[in-house]
Amino acid sequence: MSRIQLVHLAHARSGDKGDTANVGVIAYEPEHYPLLREQLTPERVKAHFGPMVKGDVERFELPNLHALNFLLHGALGGGGTMSLMNDAQGKVFSTAILRMEIEVPDAVADAMKDRGRVPAGWTPGAAG
Amino acid sequence: MSTGKTVRVASGQGFWGDDLEAPVRQVERGPIDYLMLDYLAEVTMSIMQKQRSRDPEGGFARDFVPLMERIFPACVEKGIRVVTNAGGVNPEGCAEALVEAGRAAGVAGRAKVGLVTGDDLMDRLDALLADGHELRNMETGAPLSEIRDQVQSANAYIGAAPIVRALEKGADVIVTGRSTDTALTYAPLMHEFGWAADDWDRIATGVVAGHINECGAQATGGNCLIDWWSIPGMAEVGFPIVEAGPDGSFVVTKHDGTGGRVTRASVAEQILYEMGDPSEYITPDVIADFTTIRLEEEGTDRVRVHTVKGRPATEFLKVSIAYASGWKATGTLTYAWPDAAAKARAADRILRERLDRLGLAFDEIRTELVGWDSTHGALVGPPPADLPEVQLRIGVRSSDHAAVERFTREIAPLVLTGPPSVTGFAGGRPRVQQIMAYWPALLRKEAVEPHLVVEVKDV
Repeated sequence: MSRIQLVHLAHARSGDKGDTANVGVIAYEPEHYPLLREQLTPERVKAHFGPMVKGDVERFELPNLHALNFLLHGALGGGGTMSLMNDAQGKVFSTAILRMEIEVPDAVADAMKDRGRVPAGWTPGAAG
Repeated sequence: MSTGKTVRVASGQGFWGDDLEAPVRQVERGPIDYLMLDYLAEVTMSIMQKQRSRDPEGGFARDFVPLMERIFPACVEKGIRVVTNAGGVNPEGCAEALVEAGRAAGVAGRAKVGLVTGDDLMDRLDALLADGHELRNMETGAPLSEIRDQVQSANAYIGAAPIVRALEKGADVIVTGRSTDTALTYAPLMHEFGWAADDWDRIATGVVAGHINECGAQATGGNCLIDWWSIPGMAEVGFPIVEAGPDGSFVVTKHDGTGGRVTRASVAEQILYEMGDPSEYITPDVIADFTTIRLEEEGTDRVRVHTVKGRPATEFLKVSIAYASGWKATGTLTYAWPDAAAKARAADRILRERLDRLGLAFDEIRTELVGWDSTHGALVGPPPADLPEVQLRIGVRSSDHAAVERFTREIAPLVLTGPPSVTGFAGGRPRVQQIMAYWPALLRKEAVEPHLVVEVKDV
């Protein structure tokens, strides 16, 4: 087994509802969804964010999209216009969760190690 | 109504301030039947309320009017109908400006404007409270009476019915106040396909279509994390178009020749945006179960969304209330190598000591280092000594306006009276902003629905 960062296994999008940030995590490969489901427990996600999340972490499963949705309560400094945070609307909690580490079989780690990051030699405009 | 009929609902704006060229592309670059323009977010209504208190003719998304002047003739020629919540807290004023824009654009006598009002609860708030509607905060359980005096705006999120009525009455452009974002997409589908109000699965599928449309390019490559570096043509990104059939199932696509990308993954990202419990996505018209969504790629930039499961709607409407809750300001300064972060931290300490000596009271003082921890916080650990530069960002919040105002005068002095190699203060003093806090509540439908009014008038 190897430990790799979630950024290589999943993509994510986050947003806000009041003082709660939501983070949706989607497996790049459907067959990795069970690994995420097993290891991205609400407890581990809560521990990952530490003092950044004052309240509970809730988790919902969307096997149809091979995705998990997390609600991070009390994560946005009061939320809306109350918040003093640069990220008052929780837009980048998406990549913050992708810093987590996941245990995967060595073959998976090897196959996925380049996913999720800009390819070497890329320049703006390369996509047309 | 033929069984093979397809209705195309295009998204043109995902928020107030979105790409002004996007709706023009939707109208000009290919076939569409409806253009939905979503201008409202949680905080938008309170901002509009503030604008209206300064100018009685304001209080709506002003961008909408020149946009319509630009696209009105093409919409009339092509039979494209427009549905928008641009009305904000002044839909009447918005509709009036729209009629004038139509005349200026030369479509007088050739188009009808629909106006939906009655979502605004401000004038009825005390009567509602007196009638026993407590409007308790959905998150804290506190009754609204605790902050009644501070309330700036109060609007019920209304569903599809009044929009459908306006379409039946022949309106070509429909302006509402706080319609739900999703209704702007599924109301036209209900109208076109004649779905019954209890056709839960079809309406729920329309809600999914609405959720995909409501944030504009976020479904077609914008803010898309997966392989973002390879998404082409983002300078002219195509906004999403929903091509729906009578059974409710639809294809998400965009016009040929526009930039961006529509894949299972790009659509899935948008589906998860601002998601709560996916098995119960509550709208005024239905509870949609997003765990029943099935996505299928059926060609380049074409993703099919099969019908999903819906359940009967609740007896309540959500109410969005904004209330004044003190003041805030944020100041920034930039520190350079060497020891950029150490200098920023030292400046932060000096500033806090000065605020303290001035006897100013704040509910919160928050310090972030932009370029280091302002996005991922404690996850990134302490900054390295050789960080080339960092921006110190300090925010304060207080119920005392004078304290926040004085704070704004304490940033610039740090340039000459604090740690060295500091710059980036050319923007001047920070601005004091009034905080509009958000109070979500529930209200029984019968307290709102009889008050909804639909008017249609000629341009």
